[in-house]
Amino acid sequence: MGTSAPSAETPIVMLGRQGNRRLVLAADAAARAAGLRVGMPASKAQVLVPNLQSFDLDAPGDAAALDRMALWCLRYAPIIAADPPDGLIIDTTGADHLHGGEEAMLEGLVSRLAASGIDARVAVADTWGAAHACARFLARPTFIVPTGQAPAIVRGLPIGALRLPHEIISGLLTLGFERVGDLEAAPRASLTLRFGPELGRRLDQALGRRGEPFEPVRSPEIIEVRRAFGEPISAAETIARYTGKLVTALCEALETRGLGVRRLDLVFHRVDSRFEAIRAGTAVPVRDVKRLTRLLTDRIETVDPGFGIEVMTLAATLTEPFGARQIISSLVEEPEPDITDLIDTLSNRIGEQRLYRFAPVESDVPERAIRRVAPTAPDDGTNWPGDWPRPPRLLAHPEPIETMALLPDHPPVWFSWRGIRHRVARADGPERVFGEWWQRDAELIAVRDYFQVEDASGERFWIYRAGDGEDPETGSHKWFLHGVFA
Amino acid sequence: MGQPAASPAIAALRERIARLEGGPARHRAALPFGVPAIDRALPGGGLALGALHEVAGGRNGAIDGAAAALFAAGIAARTKGKVLWCVTRQDLFAPALAQAGLLPGRVVYVEAGDEASVLACFEEGLRHGGLGAVVAELARLPMTASRRLQLAAETSGAIGIAIRRWRRQTEATDFGQPTAAVSRWRVSALPSRPLPVPGIGRARWQLELIRVRAGESADFEVEACDDKGRLALFSDLADRSPAARDGDIRALG
Repeated sequence: MGTSAPSAETPIVMLGRQGNRRLVLAADAAARAAGLRVGMPASKAQVLVPNLQSFDLDAPGDAAALDRMALWCLRYAPIIAADPPDGLIIDTTGADHLHGGEEAMLEGLVSRLAASGIDARVAVADTWGAAHACARFLARPTFIVPTGQAPAIVRGLPIGALRLPHEIISGLLTLGFERVGDLEAAPRASLTLRFGPELGRRLDQALGRRGEPFEPVRSPEIIEVRRAFGEPISAAETIARYTGKLVTALCEALETRGLGVRRLDLVFHRVDSRFEAIRAGTAVPVRDVKRLTRLLTDRIETVDPGFGIEVMTLAATLTEPFGARQIISSLVEEPEPDITDLIDTLSNRIGEQRLYRFAPVESDVPERAIRRVAPTAPDDGTNWPGDWPRPPRLLAHPEPIETMALLPDHPPVWFSWRGIRHRVARADGPERVFGEWWQRDAELIAVRDYFQVEDASGERFWIYRAGDGEDPETGSHKWFLHGVFA
Repeated sequence: MGQPAASPAIAALRERIARLEGGPARHRAALPFGVPAIDRALPGGGLALGALHEVAGGRNGAIDGAAAALFAAGIAARTKGKVLWCVTRQDLFAPALAQAGLLPGRVVYVEAGDEASVLACFEEGLRHGGLGAVVAELARLPMTASRRLQLAAETSGAIGIAIRRWRRQTEATDFGQPTAAVSRWRVSALPSRPLPVPGIGRARWQLELIRVRAGESADFEVEACDDKGRLALFSDLADRSPAARDGDIRALG
């Protein structure tokens, strides 16, 4: 819309035709605050809000955008489908640990969508029905239903959470049903006679009594190999054997295109039309059959084959060019052994962000002098300046200690930390660390004076005084323990 | 002590025992400390490669594991190749390890979250074969787990160092339990030598070799790792002759 786009404060509604009436089909936050509701006649809305901006709803365009978003979400999990008109369904099985657990994954998803202007609400539950209901009625903006608690939570929700047509909902409200729990307690036969089988089906789906298969989206350019079985398979060894065969086929397909894989999805189609998936990522492009098979078979125990698996598909969802490289033979120097396969194995097991290296940052403030880099990041050979002693164990938060010390620049005579009093036998310092005034205004004149002290038994500690010992503006003059030497 | 055998009969017996213990001969290579007194106490003239070693701190070091970490860093610094360091929660300060010679570009840290994952990552690292040393910080090391780790280290030839670290002092009695580790060390801080000027000299450690396979226990007073990860034997007189230094070794029995 460019410069003519309305500001966020202007109420906006999307209008559309339902039967022979023109209705509000969607309303933004400002419009809802002004009292407009979805399902309201268009003329009434225009009377209620004088400067209302209204547009015609483009339903096919919305559906296409939802499909594009589903493809984008493939970065989070392998099994995704659009849930029109306004939702996405993501099967997080076997994928959440790669993003640091369910909670971190949801936070990441919501904040990334918020960055592109999408106000998303996300819920995780055991079934599609329950997740659908919780995302719309409980998520602020995220909600995680503990395993096995979904029925109890869904029973307390309004009947609008059941994915039923408007007519059925309004009919039920007329009869006095408000919560899903009320509906469950009522006799099923008479409700079905009046409203049809849809009501019972949706109720069972929300409470997890009936399975609900869905067709995941697939990007057409993804390289995929597939194997169907005449007899369903379920033994772990059989799955492992066919995984190996699929990987071999995939690697052949990758080789003809000169690609290496960065992310692999192995999807199992179960006989009860449900999906199980294994996702594996690699730090560098890989086309090694043995290594990829290892990554996938490592996680086979997480797959629940149910009554059997009838189809297995293996897709390279993220690929990068991977050409043959010439290895320079050298007489003098042995090449450094490649450990990227170990890094892949470990990061698929415990999560990518749990593996890292530390790299120096040019900062005198000790806790800011390090940053975490990816384990495969190139080693630039930099090191910290080694003039001053640094303790091998650094406390995450400096702990206040009681001391007796001469101002301005003497180390303490004794100090007491965690209830134990240490007499200082020897000390070295002060090492003065100035605040980074060029980055943070609050640290304009802040100062820390670090001392290395050794107590009578030879144990060494790293303590500091906030402030320079003279000017109270530079710090509180309280003492803290920041690290332990030995 | 692992001195050359006195008689050919004993040498032949040792040969047979080594054959029974299995493992190709190349895995019996060792990484010398460069301190003759310590290397003499270790069979093979140094810390065995392709083996699991245990290190713990003494007194408060059992909880903070600071000296033990530096000792392990010093050993890892003298190996070749990358180093994998597995912890439950991260509280290492990498600049200190760099000061012990273990440069930041060589260490890959694994923050595994719980002990079981640390053990799994430790074993995976030892099995890999491309690493110089694998270090893991563990509170519990059961016999079965240590046996698996030892076998994994034997297949690859990497040095495995288990830093034993506990939450409470009372739990440190676990260090007396038998494990399959080839050697077991305890590092405790000693008061450093007073300098003629105000300040602190090089840190000193009481290094106890509590147990070593096919060797006798001993303890040493050493000066902590320098910037290349080397220890130095401490002596009251700076210019004592090497022969007199042997007196520092006392058998614990």
